[in-house]
Amino acid sequence: MSYISKPKFKHPQMRTNDIGLTRRDYEGTLTTLCGGCGHDSISAAIIQAASEMSLQPHQVAKISGIGCSSKIPSYFMSKAHGFNSVHGRMPSVATGANIANKDLYYIGISGDGDSASIGLGQFCHIVRRRINMLYIVANNGTYGLTKGQLSATADIGSKTKSGEESQFDSIDMATLAIELGASFVARSFSGDKKQLVPLLQAGLTHKGFAFIDVISPCVTFNNTDFSTHGYKNTWENNIALSEIDFVPMREEITTSYAPGKEKEITLHDGSVVHLHKTGNNYDPSDKENALHHINAYKKQGKIATGLLYINQTTSDLHELQDTVNKPFNSLGVQDLCPGSEALRDINSTFR
Amino acid sequence: MKPTDIADPNYFHKVVDCQWACPAHTPVPEYIRLIAEKRYSDAYMINWHSNVFPGILGRTCDRPCEPACRRGRVEEQPVAICRLKRVAADYKSDIRDRLPQAPKKKNGKHIALIGAGPASLTVARDLLPLGYEITLFERDAVSGGAMRTQIPRFRLPIEVLEEELNYILDMGVNCRFGEEISSMQSLLQEGYDAIFVGTGAPLGKWLDLPGHKEASDNIHTGIEWLANVAFEHISSVGKKVLVLGGGNTAMDCCRTSKRIGGEDVTVVVRSGFDEMKASPWEIEDAMNEDIPILNFHVPKRYIVEGGKLVAMEFEKVRKEIDADGRRQLVPTGEEPAILPCDDVLCAIGQENSFPWIERDLGIEFDKWEVPILNKSTFQSTNEKVFFGGDAALGPDNIITAVAHGHDAAVSVHMLCEKQDITKRPDPLTNLSSQKMGIHQWSYDNDISADFRFAVPHADKKLTLNDINIEVELGFDEQLAFNETMRCLNCDVQTVFTDKLCIECDACVDICPTDCISFTQNQGETELRLSMLAPAENIEQDLYVSDILSTGRIMAKNEDLCLHCGLCAERCPTNAWDMQKYLFNTAKAENACQS
Repeated sequence: MSYISKPKFKHPQMRTNDIGLTRRDYEGTLTTLCGGCGHDSISAAIIQAASEMSLQPHQVAKISGIGCSSKIPSYFMSKAHGFNSVHGRMPSVATGANIANKDLYYIGISGDGDSASIGLGQFCHIVRRRINMLYIVANNGTYGLTKGQLSATADIGSKTKSGEESQFDSIDMATLAIELGASFVARSFSGDKKQLVPLLQAGLTHKGFAFIDVISPCVTFNNTDFSTHGYKNTWENNIALSEIDFVPMREEITTSYAPGKEKEITLHDGSVVHLHKTGNNYDPSDKENALHHINAYKKQGKIATGLLYINQTTSDLHELQDTVNKPFNSLGVQDLCPGSEALRDINSTFR
Repeated sequence: MKPTDIADPNYFHKVVDCQWACPAHTPVPEYIRLIAEKRYSDAYMINWHSNVFPGILGRTCDRPCEPACRRGRVEEQPVAICRLKRVAADYKSDIRDRLPQAPKKKNGKHIALIGAGPASLTVARDLLPLGYEITLFERDAVSGGAMRTQIPRFRLPIEVLEEELNYILDMGVNCRFGEEISSMQSLLQEGYDAIFVGTGAPLGKWLDLPGHKEASDNIHTGIEWLANVAFEHISSVGKKVLVLGGGNTAMDCCRTSKRIGGEDVTVVVRSGFDEMKASPWEIEDAMNEDIPILNFHVPKRYIVEGGKLVAMEFEKVRKEIDADGRRQLVPTGEEPAILPCDDVLCAIGQENSFPWIERDLGIEFDKWEVPILNKSTFQSTNEKVFFGGDAALGPDNIITAVAHGHDAAVSVHMLCEKQDITKRPDPLTNLSSQKMGIHQWSYDNDISADFRFAVPHADKKLTLNDINIEVELGFDEQLAFNETMRCLNCDVQTVFTDKLCIECDACVDICPTDCISFTQNQGETELRLSMLAPAENIEQDLYVSDILSTGRIMAKNEDLCLHCGLCAERCPTNAWDMQKYLFNTAKAENACQS
């Protein structure tokens, strides 16, 4: 943390977005995380993504659990809704909120401790239930808040700062999400905003459960040469399966690429994701292929990043359950208490 | 781009915009911090060493530092640097025991200074402590030059002026005042080791129009008239006064007129209001005293009736830009304006004048009758003769004269020590970390978001009736403190060590003004555009690192850096550090030491 707050002065030519806000208007309070923490770059990337998309902060709900990662919501969009929940229970709170108000953008932020250990069960079920949200795991492979023990995503053979070696296979959050039915799965690196920002924008726009596993180094406890989650290893071994551009729905598409060099994915609101192939002909709509690539790279000590998997044909929870089409807070007395005749009709269906 | 060479003393100096813009390179942020600590005497001495006349300049400086101030680029108004300087002078204690002394034993060298204005006095100040004997010639009976004759007392009280003149004269100068030099040749024959000419630009320009001869009793040049008012040879003026010209002299003339009998005082300028040369604050002060300024009026003739000036005729013009993009003043075709007047003050310019320098002494002049000088040594084509101030390069300002004086003193000292005077001594620099703890710096990085504070003025009813009452009251201590908190501490530099950087982006994410980018190295033009926020102000440098481990470079746009230190606070590896850069130009005492 710092003793001073971030000065309000900003770049005089800073652009305003379609709703008249600058990027600075999407900031939160000044971070209290360690200097150099990857999580701060995730906050900055969310700020950039939301500002470029002209999101109305009051249409965003930020929900988190416990851990360094779960402090992130404080550091972006002070004007958004927020809920800092119980350890590992962000998925339950997000599910409840989403049921109550389907019109908000939900950003769930969790860490490898919060989602891969104490909250693993909750994680599995929110994926399975296809909540329409963006679920970010700030993944640093360590329990930073309790001073650097191995977490469940620490790769086998990697060591803590004090030298303890991981004996167990790691949980790969991205493959887990794909297998459990997530319809948008990506992996990125906090240090690479060029990749992370468009992925966040695509994930926010995607209708259904969008999951991004962000390698986010713990600069204090897990940034050593023998860690696979540090800056050095991630810069050196991160393989982008494709380069990604996000074009919001309302913008004219002006960029053009040679045919065959790229794949266009049109999201449900008309926004377009461009994938520029990097030579390996990767197809993110093929689940088996996605799992194969992730595992194959992992065996080589590489980290597959980019948009790993996308499926736009699945329905989200609201569609499957045929829920009421309005946020609960906009339902009137008539909707909520339709009267004794309506009750009689309902009861009669059970007779 | 090539990695930035921060060992070049000019690199970080240029980042300190105010100091870079100051002709004498006064370490501005350093003294502003001392004022914040109420260490007024220390702040005064820093000024005194650099600009010699802090109390005078704190009231009268042209303040080239303020338009340069970085604060003016991140919000609307620069820090009130000039008026903070005055605060140091106003609230200091007796500093006479801190002034250098001239040694009793002289070094045997004798220097003549001609004209007792800011340039000559600076030479005296720099050379006296080194043991030089100094003889100062002045045609007036008192010292000060333009500071005494051109600046009215309501802007610069006589006590402030004399205090700072006496600091120098009391060091032991042979004063030959009231003695006008009429021949350089005879002066050269007196055997001085060097002669410094600091005679200013004493010749006011006339506006020779029809009727001038008949009306000459009531037409005056601004600078001579101001000098006569200063020496109390003139104590009144007609009720209707026209001041011609749009510079600072015109502003002083009109405001002075208002105080000695002028009831209907009008400033008339040929071109547009926004083209006036006067400092904006001086124009503002004149307008606050209800003095109208008429623009686009070209003077045509003096109208004389019964042998006496009664009015002036002006042609009304408008501004047009011709095909070559040059500004033209085109008559509007309206009736000429006839402005009644009892006195006209011509403040349309001044020149230097050297009728007393014989042209066969090896001192060459160019076709404009300006001496040919080496611009860094101020030496003329006669190796023993130096020029400085307005006498050297034409009319400028006090702080420029001081800067010339320092440079000329270095030259004189090196000449007397038989050194090559073109090999200028290096500046004195120091770069030191300000880190005291993880988030603690030895400077106050919590800058205030306040707008510029206005200096309180004395009641107009009082000041317009007495030419000796100072208009500006100066900041009180609380206002001064508030204003110091607006300073961005641009001398506390962001120093980057590429070998320590792990490219975590923490500095990029925290920077309030988007100064820092990690990107592919490329040419400067492309690099400026590919930054996180485009670096469009090409007068401000990019600070570029060597290639980092991902193959990228760090590029920082110096333009809008707030020097808040958050990049260094967030940096996990101390690749960024905040280091205070002190820069002082070498004075005569620092020359000839190797």
